[in-house]
Amino acid sequence: MANDDIWILGINMTKFGKHPTLDSVDLAAEATLAALADGGVTMKDMGVIASGNLMGAAAGIGQQLQKQVGQTGIPVYNVANACATGATAIRTVIMAIKAGETDMGLAVGVEKLSGAGMLGAGFGAAKSDEWTRTGRYGAVSGLEGKLGTDMMPGVFAQVGMEYGHKYGGTSFELFARISEKNHKNSTLNPLAAIQKDMSVEQIMAEPMIAYPNTRAMCSANSDGAAAAVIVSGERLRKLSLEQQKRAVKISASVLTTDPWEEACQILPNVNTLTRNAATIAYEQAGVGPEDLDLVELHDCFATAELVHYDNLMLCGEGDAVDFFESGATTRTGSTPVNVSGGLESKGHPIAATGIANVWEIAHHLRGEAGDRQIEGAKVGLAHVIGLGSACGVHILEKSGL
Amino acid sequence: MPDQIPMVEYLVLGDSPHLEANECTNCGARFFDRRNACASCSGREFTKAAIPTEGEVRAFTIVTPFMPGTDPYVPAVVDCGGTSVRANIVNTPPDPEHVTLGMKVKLTTFSIGADTTGTEAINYGFEPAN
Repeated sequence: MANDDIWILGINMTKFGKHPTLDSVDLAAEATLAALADGGVTMKDMGVIASGNLMGAAAGIGQQLQKQVGQTGIPVYNVANACATGATAIRTVIMAIKAGETDMGLAVGVEKLSGAGMLGAGFGAAKSDEWTRTGRYGAVSGLEGKLGTDMMPGVFAQVGMEYGHKYGGTSFELFARISEKNHKNSTLNPLAAIQKDMSVEQIMAEPMIAYPNTRAMCSANSDGAAAAVIVSGERLRKLSLEQQKRAVKISASVLTTDPWEEACQILPNVNTLTRNAATIAYEQAGVGPEDLDLVELHDCFATAELVHYDNLMLCGEGDAVDFFESGATTRTGSTPVNVSGGLESKGHPIAATGIANVWEIAHHLRGEAGDRQIEGAKVGLAHVIGLGSACGVHILEKSGL
Repeated sequence: MPDQIPMVEYLVLGDSPHLEANECTNCGARFFDRRNACASCSGREFTKAAIPTEGEVRAFTIVTPFMPGTDPYVPAVVDCGGTSVRANIVNTPPDPEHVTLGMKVKLTTFSIGADTTGTEAINYGFEPAN
C-alpha cells in the first residue's frame, strides 16, 4: 500500500427504519462507536470529523456527537449537500488526509426521517389580502402544483420519463420491475427498513405518488446512521496485519456539481454530473465499468435507477432499458446493482445514505456480507446524488493482502 | 373586466400571451428567473426573448396531491422551439392515456383567483394543441 493511498479502516451502518426511542445523536454515536471498534481504533486516533445531518444542519451534529463519544478538540466540519451529504463527509475527510493535515479521520452521517412525507416542495407563503410578488420568479402564489413540481417523486419521475422520450422502451411496468428487483434483494439484508418481496403487480397496485412512481418505487423515509474511519496508506502500514487485511481501498473519490446546460434550471439534470463524476472516478481508479463486481447507485426512485445505469456507463449510451432487460443488474447478473435492496427498500436517511452505500460495498469486498454476499467481489462503486445538485462517486477495492 | 396581473413575472399578458426569458447577450443562455449573472458564461447583460407558445412534451409526471379531494396535476417539461419551459399540462384528463411523451401542446392562460382589490392573477399552462 502506497503512502498516499486512502483506505477505509472501519465502517458501520445502523439498521435503517423506525427508531422511535433514539435521537440523531444516539444513532450517530451507535454508528461511530461501531465503526471505531470495527477499525480497532478510538476517538483519540481521529484527527478530523466530517459529519452530516441534513434536516438538522444548523445544530452541529459533529460537536453533539463528540459530547457523547469523545471531545478531543479536533476540527469538525459539519457538511450539508442534500442527498450527497454522506459522500461529502467522506470526501471531506479524504481531502484533509490528502492535504497532510491528519492521517486518520471519521466521516459520519445521520438522519431521522421516519414519518416524513414527500420532500422538496416549497408551497410558498399563505395567500395575503393583496397579490404580492416574492422570490426569483416574482410569483404572487406558490409554484408547487401550479407550475410543475419541486417534490422529489415528481422531479425524478420526469427524469425517467425524459429518458424514455429520448431513447424509448420505458413503461410504467418497466420501472416497476426495477423496483421488484430491489425489493427482492432487500429480503437478504437484515439492516433494510423494509424487507418485503413484492411482485410487479403489487408494486403497480400501490398508491400512485407521482406517475410512474408508486409508493413502493419511492425511497423509504427512515431513521439511520452510518460512519466510516478513513486512514492514509502510510498510517495503515503501521497498524496490524489483521487491520490491513480488512481495510478497503478507496481508489476513487469524486464530487461534482451540475454544469450549465439548456433546461437544467427547468428540470434538474441528474445525468451530466453523474457521468462526469463516473468518468473522473474510473480514471482515478484505473478501472472501467466492466471491472465492477457490484454497484450501489442512488435509486431514490425506480425511475432514477434506470438513468444511472447509463450515466455510470454500466451500459452503452441509450441502452439502459436493454441492459436491465438482459438481467445484468440482478444479483446473479454481470453487474449486480443495489444488492442491499436500494433506497427503495433499505431506506434513505439522507445524510447516512452516502456512507451506507460505501459500507455495503465494503462489506462485500471484505467477504462479510453473509447471505447476500457477491462471491469473489473485488471492486465496487457507490454513487449518490443530491438535488441542487451534487454527485458523489466512490470506487472501492479489496485489500490485496 | 377586472385588472389582471401575471402570476409570475416572466408571463406576458395582453392580446397574445407568451413567456419571456432573460437571454444572455453573450452566450444566448435563457433563464426565467431574476438574474445576477449568467450560469453558463457569467455574463452580466441580458435581453428579453419571447418564447414560442407551441411546443412538445419532453417529460411529465402525474402527481397525486396530499390533500384529499384535490385533483392530480401534471407537471411537465415542454420544449418550445429549443427552450425548455416548466408548466402543468391542463385542459385534458390527468392520466397517461391523455398525456403522452412527445405530444404537441400550446400555451393557455387562466385565472387563479382575485385578491381583495379584485385584481385577478393569471397563470399559464399547456394544453393539447389539437
